[in-house]
Amino acid sequence: MTIKGKVWKFADHINTDDIISARYLNTTDPAELASHCMETIVPDFVKKISKGDIIVAGENFGCGSSREHAPISIKNCGISAVIAKSFARIFLRNAINIGLPIIEITYAEQFSQGDFLEIDLENGLIINHTNGHRYDFIKYPDFLQQIIKSGGLISWVKEKYTK
Amino acid sequence: MTITEKILALHSGKKEVFPGEFIEADVDLILANDITGPLAIEEFESTGIGKVFNPEKIVLVPDHFTPCKDIKSAEMVKILRNFARKYGVIFYEIGKLGIEHALLPEEGFTLPGDLIIGADSHTCTYGAVGAFSTGVGSTDVAAAMITGKVWLKVPPTIRFVYNGRLNNYVGGKDLILYTIGKIGVDGARYKTMEFSGTVIESLACDDRFTICNMAIEAGAKNGIIIPDKITEEFVSLLQRKRESVFLRNDSDARYEGIIEINVDVIQPQVAVPHLPGNSKDVRDVSGIRIDQVVIGSCTNGRITDLRNAAKIARGKKVHPEVRTIIIPATQRVYQQAVKEGLIGIFIEAGCVISPPTCGPCLGGHMGVLGSGEVAIATTNRNFIGRMGHPSSEVYLANPEVAMASAIKGKISHPDEVVK
Repeated sequence: MTIKGKVWKFADHINTDDIISARYLNTTDPAELASHCMETIVPDFVKKISKGDIIVAGENFGCGSSREHAPISIKNCGISAVIAKSFARIFLRNAINIGLPIIEITYAEQFSQGDFLEIDLENGLIINHTNGHRYDFIKYPDFLQQIIKSGGLISWVKEKYTK
Repeated sequence: MTITEKILALHSGKKEVFPGEFIEADVDLILANDITGPLAIEEFESTGIGKVFNPEKIVLVPDHFTPCKDIKSAEMVKILRNFARKYGVIFYEIGKLGIEHALLPEEGFTLPGDLIIGADSHTCTYGAVGAFSTGVGSTDVAAAMITGKVWLKVPPTIRFVYNGRLNNYVGGKDLILYTIGKIGVDGARYKTMEFSGTVIESLACDDRFTICNMAIEAGAKNGIIIPDKITEEFVSLLQRKRESVFLRNDSDARYEGIIEINVDVIQPQVAVPHLPGNSKDVRDVSGIRIDQVVIGSCTNGRITDLRNAAKIARGKKVHPEVRTIIIPATQRVYQQAVKEGLIGIFIEAGCVISPPTCGPCLGGHMGVLGSGEVAIATTNRNFIGRMGHPSSEVYLANPEVAMASAIKGKISHPDEVVK
């Protein structure tokens, strides 16, 4: 699967309240959750982005609460992937479980706001079309690959437990 | 092995597990709330499997927006209620309801040796009684409701050893805020924080819950304390849902690091906006004017916390420009506080008492902040806009500091109030 989009840069420790404020958590509707993505720290973020754009952040992206509404809001507002130096663990689980592509690389700071990236998830390759640089990333361990290949945790469980 | 590795090995049918290894482990308890539960239920129903693995091991606690703050949250709680009726899982209704991480230990659901997952990041609280307990997402809960299992990567353990003598007004909250300040909000990311040393060994369970509760604020997978005599006494008073297993570390257990902390140097801590790791001595921030005080939450809403706050409030009035909200975490805590006369002290002092709810901690209801307003709270997060408007600010502290600040109208050391 290939992803293409423009970079939106974020700092370290972007927490789940930044991604989607708790005052919007009285619903599970993906479209409504999407409409408030990142608004606390980037007003009108959802209006500013184009479909396919990519979030690039620093350390510990998604720290804070366990709300799966956070990756759901990112996935459904049009963001195609999140690249970060590191992810908070519950956010990482949630992203894998719902099929939001996330990539952990230590050199995330090398991408700048507005860079146009192409990500090849199968081959672990990122191309920065703005400056022509190419980067490799380490793919997930086999166990997580299986979940991702099944299309998320629920599909994986269905495959395993309904036979 | 460490206690964490032993619990994971026991629950995955292995003799031994190693940090970094992926396992599928049996769960003893699955928990979800009114925010995370509806998503889990949608996912569960989408499979069409129509059967939970064991209804007695699934608990739904609608504590975040309850008593329901609006129509949407009422609909969310209805989803939980209807699911509980359909599948026979455990559901807590208003009147019995409390904040999940205070309620479930009281109800005997979280016991030494257990493996517990919950769709709430503060599920790590139950490590205080020697359980492996960690926060997961809604989809994890949906899958576990079907299979009774969860996938986990075995975490490495960092051991924190607290020695020395606690200063006045220093308790579990100060120890954990100080520790997060030292290692940072991702200082234990993916890892186990094991809390030990003579100071921890002499702490009561309520303080231990506070410490393990905030392990997540350092990014940890779980916080844990080796169960001991104090745990045994706590557990012996409960209506236990299972047999408990008291585990300890082997003498050759592997740690990724050992961090020794001398508590002699720790004064009451305040974490300034906008990260729980921004902790400072209260005297370094005293004098900051406040609009609101919240004493409660899964971190500090237990009876010990209310007793500590009441000691400061007794015979005093809160500052006329400060709204002071007291939230007993559970009905049992509330009742005990009534019996001991604590509620009377708070009302005399000009505080308002809220029914048990997470409410203001996450800016949900029962005390949301307006633009530019400042609160000091015994809660666990001070992120941007956490308690309301994006320009409002939250300072985190223990109950004594919060109450002293309520009385003075500005952040204050309890010594400034109690002479």
